[in-house]
Amino acid sequence: MNQNQPILEIDNLNASINEVQILNNLNLKINKGEIHAIMGRNGSGKSTFSKIIAGHPAYTINNGDIRFKGQSILNLEAEERSHLGIFLAFQYPIEIPGVSNEDFLRLAYNAKLKSEGKDELGPIEFFGHISEKLEIVKMDPTFLSRNVNEGFSGGEKKRNEILQLALLDSDLAILDETDSGLDIDALKIISNGINQLMNKNKAIILITHYQRLLDYIKPDYIHVMQQGKIIKTGDAELAKELELKGYEWLTN
Amino acid sequence: MSEKSNKILDNKLTKLVNQPYKYGFSTKIEKDTIEKGLNEDVIRLISKKKNEPDFMLNFRLKAFKKWKTLQSPTWAELKFSDIDYQNLVYYSAPKIKKKLNSLDEVDPELLETFEKLGISLTEQKRLTNVAVDAVFDSVSIGTTFKKELSEHGVIFCSISEAVQEYPDLIEKYLGTVVPIGDNYFTALNSAVFTDGSFCYIPQGVKCPLDLSTYFRINDQQAGQFERTLIVAEKKSYVSYLEGCTAPQYDDNQLHAAVVELIALEDAEIKYSTVQNWYAGNESGKGGIYNFVTKRGLCSGKNSKISWTQVETGSAITWKYPSCILTGDNSRGEFYSVALTNNYQQADTGSKMIHIGKNTKSRIVSKGISAGNSKNSYRGLVNINKKAFGSRNYSQCDSLLIGNQSNANTFPFISVQNSTTKVEHEASTSKIGEEQIFYFLQRGISIEKAIELIISGFCKDVFTELPLEFAAEADRLLSLKLEGSVG
Repeated sequence: MNQNQPILEIDNLNASINEVQILNNLNLKINKGEIHAIMGRNGSGKSTFSKIIAGHPAYTINNGDIRFKGQSILNLEAEERSHLGIFLAFQYPIEIPGVSNEDFLRLAYNAKLKSEGKDELGPIEFFGHISEKLEIVKMDPTFLSRNVNEGFSGGEKKRNEILQLALLDSDLAILDETDSGLDIDALKIISNGINQLMNKNKAIILITHYQRLLDYIKPDYIHVMQQGKIIKTGDAELAKELELKGYEWLTN
Repeated sequence: MSEKSNKILDNKLTKLVNQPYKYGFSTKIEKDTIEKGLNEDVIRLISKKKNEPDFMLNFRLKAFKKWKTLQSPTWAELKFSDIDYQNLVYYSAPKIKKKLNSLDEVDPELLETFEKLGISLTEQKRLTNVAVDAVFDSVSIGTTFKKELSEHGVIFCSISEAVQEYPDLIEKYLGTVVPIGDNYFTALNSAVFTDGSFCYIPQGVKCPLDLSTYFRINDQQAGQFERTLIVAEKKSYVSYLEGCTAPQYDDNQLHAAVVELIALEDAEIKYSTVQNWYAGNESGKGGIYNFVTKRGLCSGKNSKISWTQVETGSAITWKYPSCILTGDNSRGEFYSVALTNNYQQADTGSKMIHIGKNTKSRIVSKGISAGNSKNSYRGLVNINKKAFGSRNYSQCDSLLIGNQSNANTFPFISVQNSTTKVEHEASTSKIGEEQIFYFLQRGISIEKAIELIISGFCKDVFTELPLEFAAEADRLLSLKLEGSVG
């Protein structure tokens, strides 16, 4: 592991929406090659936290800093953060009627190429490129011609998210409850895909309620979030303990 | 959602849909106009200027008499100030000094005007696959490819010319689909119409070119009353396109058109419109009042009429392209995208009247409202008691942009027999913050995101447009998407 190479550093972050405090002096440091899981009760701020890193415009940062690969990203738009290599797999992926998955994926990929000063891909070249990625999540090419997430099952939507991650090859993947609503087979396929994408220069943040996912994707650290801050950090054992005891004992 | 991001989103959306109107210029040209006002003498004068046969004058006078007994309709979801019909000019034409032998002799000022609008009439530069009739204020300036079309027996000319050259056809069909007293605006149009297009497709002919009329209102005080008549004989086919623009003036111009289509046995007419009249400015000043009656009659067995419209302009749009399905197995279709912004108001939809057996109709309506605009769908599906085995499918979707816009749906369905199947689907959605954030997170800009959402929303309609028009429509909604066709 590259202990000295942080990919994401969050210092004393305070954030609010409509003047309600959501994040409360949150600190977190993630190095390249690490997988971090964030757990916690419903409403503890986990999803909000992921949106804030990705640059959702609804939230106001009152204090603190977020650095990605050493550079503060607070003043960057969500779009720019994406180009830098931050990816958020949505808990509830959005449906886009009338827009084919293939067009959407190509637009996203070309936007990234363009930001890197590279030539954009035409439809035929792109088809070749995306076809390789489909294999990672075991998706059938017919998915490409369907409208984005429209009429997709819960499992298909989540797979589509991981397909996008594979396509954009982002360095930091934040997976917001990617495991929820999946059956065991789908969970295996998705976990397997995520593991394939991981390497020593990348990092993953897993937001989850269940130990189950962590059997397939092994985290280096587990953090428990409550009321907008991290109240406990441990290793994989902590998740097992939480599964048995719940969160109650941490607050007392 | 937070107020902050809603504001950002609204501003960006507003900026995006407020593209300046690029057709707002006016042409300075010597005109032959008549005095303001409407009375029998004016109608006689128009008829005389156009050297019309008696049946036309009688048609006009009868219509005028009828008009005087009618009231301007008030049932639509539209608010506008009363129109002073005595304060309008009913005839305004560019002065033409001599009879023209070819389009190249048309006043260069006019050619240039159409050139600027992207419609070239000159031999060298005209579109190769579309025949164009260009109408400027009250008269037709010229028609391209006339000779080529006549080799196939297709008649395509201005309606004034048709009155002179083919009076029998005009007398036989004019006013048969839209009776003069049908409504206030058809009576007015029938009394004072000055030009428009006439198409006649003989039996068994598939028209080799798309036919197109481009309407341009130029005169500030003249109303435009055009009249289009398309007759498709047995087993014939024609695709007809209509485009329109107007200069930017501070007061409102009136446009009241009538379009009649007749499809005989096994004939098909495909009628497409991209309407981009001046819509008024950001605070709702100026713009065209667009009151249009369009109706098609599927009189023969297995005939088909299909309307496709993209409505982006006009301050007021009042328009219900309809099909009367009298022939057994005949089909009517209506595909519409109506975009309103600022203070625009649109009340538009379709009527499908099923009379023959096994008749089918389909309505797909997409309304997009932004700014403070009002966008209503109004439709009627009427299945007669003898229209056994008929079917209708209607789909009305509304997309709202921002918090001040308004969308309404008024579907009326009347079914008088029990062997009929009618389906109606409706939806309303809003371009929301979470939807936009999804695109942004994938690195796609907000402009592209909105383009993609709108283009996806309109897809079912755009695929019905002829290729040249699909591109035009895309551009109009500022939807130029890279590679969307590829």
